[in-house]
This record gives sequence, structure tokens and C-alpha cells, in this order.
Amino acid sequence: MIIKDKAIKYGSNVDTDVIIPARYLNTINEKELAAHCFEDLDKEFAEKVKESKIVVAADNFGCGSSREHAPLAIKASGVKLIIAKSYARIFFRNAINIGLPVIVNEQAADDISEGDTIEADLDKGEIKNISTGMVYLTKPFPEFIQTLISKGGYVNYVKDKFDKEN
Amino acid sequence: MGKTIAEKIISSHAGRDVKPNDITVVDVDVVMAQDGTGPLAVSQLKKMGFDKVKNPAKSIFFIDHASPSPRKELSNSHTVLREYAGNAGMVLSEVGEGVCHQILVESFVSPGDIVIGADSHTCTSGALGAFATGMGSTDIAVGFALAKTWLMVPPTIKVNFNNALAKGVYAKDLIIHLIGKITAEGATYKALEFSGSRSSKMSIEDRFTISNMAVEAGAKAGIFESDEVTKEYLNSIGRAALYKKIFADDDAVYEDIIDIDCSELEPMISKPHTVDNVSPVSMMEKVKVNQVLIGTCTNGRLSDLKIAADILKGRKVASGVRLLVVPASRKIYLDALESGIIKTLIESGAVVESPGCGPCVGVHQGALADNEVCLSTQNRNFKGRMGNPDSFIYLSSPATAAYSAVKGYIADVREIL
Repeated sequence: MIIKDKAIKYGSNVDTDVIIPARYLNTINEKELAAHCFEDLDKEFAEKVKESKIVVAADNFGCGSSREHAPLAIKASGVKLIIAKSYARIFFRNAINIGLPVIVNEQAADDISEGDTIEADLDKGEIKNISTGMVYLTKPFPEFIQTLISKGGYVNYVKDKFDKEN
Repeated sequence: MGKTIAEKIISSHAGRDVKPNDITVVDVDVVMAQDGTGPLAVSQLKKMGFDKVKNPAKSIFFIDHASPSPRKELSNSHTVLREYAGNAGMVLSEVGEGVCHQILVESFVSPGDIVIGADSHTCTSGALGAFATGMGSTDIAVGFALAKTWLMVPPTIKVNFNNALAKGVYAKDLIIHLIGKITAEGATYKALEFSGSRSSKMSIEDRFTISNMAVEAGAKAGIFESDEVTKEYLNSIGRAALYKKIFADDDAVYEDIIDIDCSELEPMISKPHTVDNVSPVSMMEKVKVNQVLIGTCTNGRLSDLKIAADILKGRKVASGVRLLVVPASRKIYLDALESGIIKTLIESGAVVESPGCGPCVGVHQGALADNEVCLSTQNRNFKGRMGNPDSFIYLSSPATAAYSAVKGYIADVREIL
């Protein structure tokens, strides 16, 4: 799968309270969640994401609460990919489980500037910064996680497995 | 090669010997979600076609985050949980029973268990010698359905707390200090194992406070070995038969070992907007407070309320300050009533709220106004956490919080001890 889009850039410790504040956790409607995504961090996000659908951040992206509403809100807002130096572990699991691609790459996360055009090949683990010509290679996911992604997330994986066993 | 506590518990639930970074499927003993994360778990259960859960007696929905509900949308979420739990025979912890993490240790978790919960502070139960970790709603939905989950076995960092704490310094100051030292991501993907001469002398409530905040350093779990203190606690709540000795092997391999001399510590503060932005109170400029919160899954236990009441007895909350107190569970509330703690708190000017999460998560019972400052005993001070991105949250021990409520600014409780 190849994703090509422009980057929105954030710093370290982007926490779940700024991704989707708890005061909006009165719904599991993805569109309603998306309407408030990143609003306490970046009031321009809703405008930016119309043009730029790759979020690039530094360390510990998604730290804080276990709310799966955070990756859901990001995905429903139109973001196609996140590239960060590192993720908080619950956020990382949640993103994989709902099928939001999350890549770890320190160098790319450092180098990419807001507005750069990025092309990422998820199968090869290759990130190209079209704006600067730089290319970055990422470590592939462990096999089990690749299986989850290829099944389209955890719900489909379990459904598939459960149907076969019964 | 010896094993850490996390490796031992995971091995016993995987049915094979595991080592750090293995990915394995494990049986889980206790599974839970709360009213913020539960409705999405129900939706995922329905998508997967499950109307029953594998182990209903240890599958729990807690109504604690917006409890009682402040608005109809949240009330409707509560209905979703009540209906699913009713049909599946699950346990429902109702409005007023308390914060999920407190009820879990009071009634559900035993040493050696694996506990998964759709709440990041599920790590609290690690204080009983359990492997307890937070996950998202989809993971928890699968946990409810199958009583299994997948885990990557975390490498373990051992933290030795040595020597006694000085007067005015508490477990909360210790864990804030540790997070400041190793940062908010210092233990990401890893387990913290708390040990050292001080740990074995720590009360179970102090251990809950420390394990509760393991996730604020990014950790997957924060575990104490079980010992006489654990045994005594289980005995005190009528669960003595569930005691099991859980400990690391002498030759266990740790990724890192951190030694902390508790006697050197002072009362500590986490400043806005990250938990690892720490400072001793003595180094702080004068910060005026508008609201003080004593409670939550971090510090809403009987010993916390007693420390606060001892400081507030015969004193008054400063004019212009709102002091909110939230007992973590109904049992704690009753014990605090019977021992006169609640009366003392109310006489000092405190508002006592119903057991639950209270204003910590910003949906009810004390949202902050623009530019207001709150000093709280909770575990997290992220921007907007208490309902307003234009407010400021500082974290401290209950003693520092109580004394600051009297002074009207963040103050050093050692002045009166």
C-alpha cells in the first residue's frame, strides 16, 4: 500500500487529551469525534487536514489515556498515516487494531517539515520525502502484527479465527 | 536464566516459558472497561457477534468516569453498558460504588493474576503482585469474549526504593520524582518492578499510588512483589484465601536497575502540562490556586483522606479556593465517615463528592474556568484534562494539596509538621 500526501508536523508527547478531549467522549460516532480532533493542540488542524493527511511527530505520540477514540478520531478526520519517533504503547496497539498505519522512524520524524510531500510504501517500509529527495527505510512490523494489519484489524482477525474454530 | 515478576506471571498464563520481546497469547483473569471506553467495547463485541462473555464473574463494566451522569448522551452510554452487562451476566459497578481501579483491588484482583482494562491506570493492580495493564476498547472486547489477549513480553526495569521518607514526603512525591527522573517515556513498552528496602515497608495504599502512575512513565505495568503487607490487606477485606507469594527470581535479568534514596526527597510537584515536568515545592515560585482536588484512583484512599483531615483540622480553606474531596470507593467513604474524617474535611470548607473519578477527567463535578489553576492529587496534568485547555493543573501529594488549600497557593507542608 502506497500513501502519498502532505505532512502536518507536531512535537513530542502529543497526548490523548489533546487528540480528543474527554469532554467529547460522549459518542462513538467517528465523524463527531473527528470534528474535535487535535482541537486543544492546533485550532487549524481541521483546515490543514483537508490538504495534508500525514501526521509527523516526535517522541511518545499518543501518551496518556487508553481511549481508542484517539486513533479513531485521527483516522476519521482523514489522516492516512502517522510517522513518529516513538509511540505510547496503548495508542500504538489501538491504531493497529483499528487499521490506522503508524510508522516509527526517528530520522524521518526529525527531517520532515510541515507541508512536505511524503510518499510511504508500507509493504517495503520505505518513506520518501518528495520535497527534499530524502529516502528512509523502516523496520518491518513483527509477523503477528503484520497478520493483524493484513486482516484489516483485530475485529476481523478474531472473527475470522473464531468462525474457523467453530 | 531467572525471571522477573512480569516474565513469571506471563509464562504461567501462556503455558510456556517466555522471554522479553516474545509475542504470546495469554489467558486473562480479570477484564474490565469503564463508561468512557465501554460503549466502544460493546460495539466491537456486537461486530464480532458475541452476546456472551467467557468469564462473566470477572468481566466488569464500571460506571465511574461520569457518575452520576451530567448529560443525556453519557446517560445513554450508561444504558448501553447496563443492557449488555445484564444480558451477558457480567458484573456492573454502578454509580456511587467508586473508581474502577479501587474496586478492582478491593474485590476482584489477586496476586499472580493477569488483569486487562480499557483504562490506562489499570496498572494500579500491580501493587498486589498482579500483571495489570491498560488497553483500548477493541483489545478489551476480545478479552471479554475469549478471556485471552496477546502481549509482547516487556523487558523489566527494577526500581529500588531505599531508606525512609522524610517528614512531609509521601509515596506520591516518590513516584513524581521517579517520573521526573526517567521522563514520561522512560519506561515505554517496559514493566517497572518496585523493590528495595523501603518498598517492603510501604503500606498497600502507598503501593497503589505508585503502581497507579507507572503508565505516566509509559510503562506497561508497575509491579510490587506480594508479601506480608499484601496478605494483611487481603485478610482485612475478607479475601485472605487468595493470597499467593509472587516474587522475582534472584537471578532475574533486568534491562536497567534504578536506585532511589528516599531520604533525600522533598515534597514534589508536577507542573503543567506534563507529569515529568517536576519540581520540589521548595523551588517553586508562589503559584495561587483556585481549586484543589483530593481524591481519584491515585490518592483517594482512607490514608490519603486522613492525612488531609489531620492538616485541615482546626484550619479553614482559604477564601477564593474550592477544595473538592472525592473518596475512591463507597467503602472508603463509609470508613472516612465513621472515623470523623469527612466531618473534619467539611468543617474546613471542603466539598465532598460521590465516589468515582470526580473532576479528574474533565467531564463533570468541577471543570476549570479560563486561566484557573488546580492543584490535584490525580495522576495526570495534561492540557485540557480537567475540561478546559486554557487552565493549568499541578500534581502533588494529599498533604501538599491540603496545606495549599489552606494557604491559597502551592505551599510546603513541612512548615507545619
